[in-house]
Amino acid sequence: MLTQIAYALPFLAQGFALTLWVSLLVVVFSLIAGVIMGVGLVYGPMPLQWAVRIFSDTIRGIPILVLIFFVYYGLPAVGLHLPSFWAAVLALTLFKTAQVVEYLRGAVGSIPKGQSEAAMAIGLTFRQRLTYVIFPQAFRRFLPPWINGVTDAVKGSALVSLLGITDLMQAINQVIGRTYEAMPLYLLGALIYFAVNYALSQASRRLERRFSFIRD
Amino acid sequence: MGYALNFNLIWRHFDKLWSGLLLSLELAVISIAIGIVIGLVLAVWYVSAGRVVRTIIAAYVEFIRNVPLILLVYLVFYGLPTVVDIAYSAPTSFVVTLSLYSGAYLVEVFRSGLEAVPRGQLDAGKAIGLTPWQRLLNVRLPTMLRITLPALSNTFISLFKDTSVASVISVPELTYGAQWINFNTFRIVEVYLVVTAMYLLTGYILLFALRLVERRFRAAR
Repeated sequence: MLTQIAYALPFLAQGFALTLWVSLLVVVFSLIAGVIMGVGLVYGPMPLQWAVRIFSDTIRGIPILVLIFFVYYGLPAVGLHLPSFWAAVLALTLFKTAQVVEYLRGAVGSIPKGQSEAAMAIGLTFRQRLTYVIFPQAFRRFLPPWINGVTDAVKGSALVSLLGITDLMQAINQVIGRTYEAMPLYLLGALIYFAVNYALSQASRRLERRFSFIRD
Repeated sequence: MGYALNFNLIWRHFDKLWSGLLLSLELAVISIAIGIVIGLVLAVWYVSAGRVVRTIIAAYVEFIRNVPLILLVYLVFYGLPTVVDIAYSAPTSFVVTLSLYSGAYLVEVFRSGLEAVPRGQLDAGKAIGLTPWQRLLNVRLPTMLRITLPALSNTFISLFKDTSVASVISVPELTYGAQWINFNTFRIVEVYLVVTAMYLLTGYILLFALRLVERRFRAAR
């Protein structure tokens, strides 16, 4: 049994690398899109606020799995042909973007109004107010939940196995298909996911404590 | 583009989606009921236990929270029966998984809820001569449940969405129904539009109903 699993390790490592790659892409893309849309939600004109609100509430209201299938099977139907890898990244990014929007709204919303009023009073432009006054303070509120939320990206990435992408989850299933060692391999997989996500959530907890001197 | 929406085939097979939705709700309700029992027992045990028990409970919570649900579903359905002598249907196996899953999240919810019960209430209970059991059942738990109600309803709604993962072991819930229609009629965009609407609508109806319940039982401040 152990020799069989040892034999499969390089293959599992490849799957794990793909899991990390998908997660990384999703985290980076969603951070960019989420911050832009979050700023739109907080400071944008009414129609933009509504659009972001509807986007976020819709995405967060449906299962990630449905979102993945919708994007993967739905896009070709309307004439957009994405490789399954990018369809999966797109779907997970949409899901994560909605989360980032909410983290940003929460973080910016927690900054007292007096801060931006004071910044306005000394004549800072909108962009200056964001860069020098709001974001530096909001950052400390944004970071801990965001890092904790990265675990959602890693966990969610396991669903791309359903599109035939050989991530860690799919690699485990394939090795089980050949060796019939279901339990040891699932436990090994669980351990790998656990190691990554536990490290992330501990980092988030530590940062939260580090920033806990800030009071409302 | 050239994709014309045609919902006729969706309506013809709508019974698959409807029964799927009902099964999703059923799975979520049973799982949260068992999860609440797991969460309550472990949370009460945790706050009064020594270091060893605490470590074991924390390990269970952290393990479940940091592993993808789909892996847990596979592990319980395909993995466990190879080492333990049990046999269960896919829906039963999924309920076992989702119960353990929600239990882990609820331990955390209830634990922080127990800590939020004002000290004075327990002292008052002691002062009027309640036994430790009476204090737990009549003072601590009711107050804690009121405090944790909002978190409890959020957990329930998120569990309802998580039932979609049951489709990977062919439990005929809503997402499975969607895939069936997807593969058999190829009305792909239509079926996912309808299913998205069904998840959203059900989710928001649940949210609205649970907020009403919360308002009724809101903890006195």
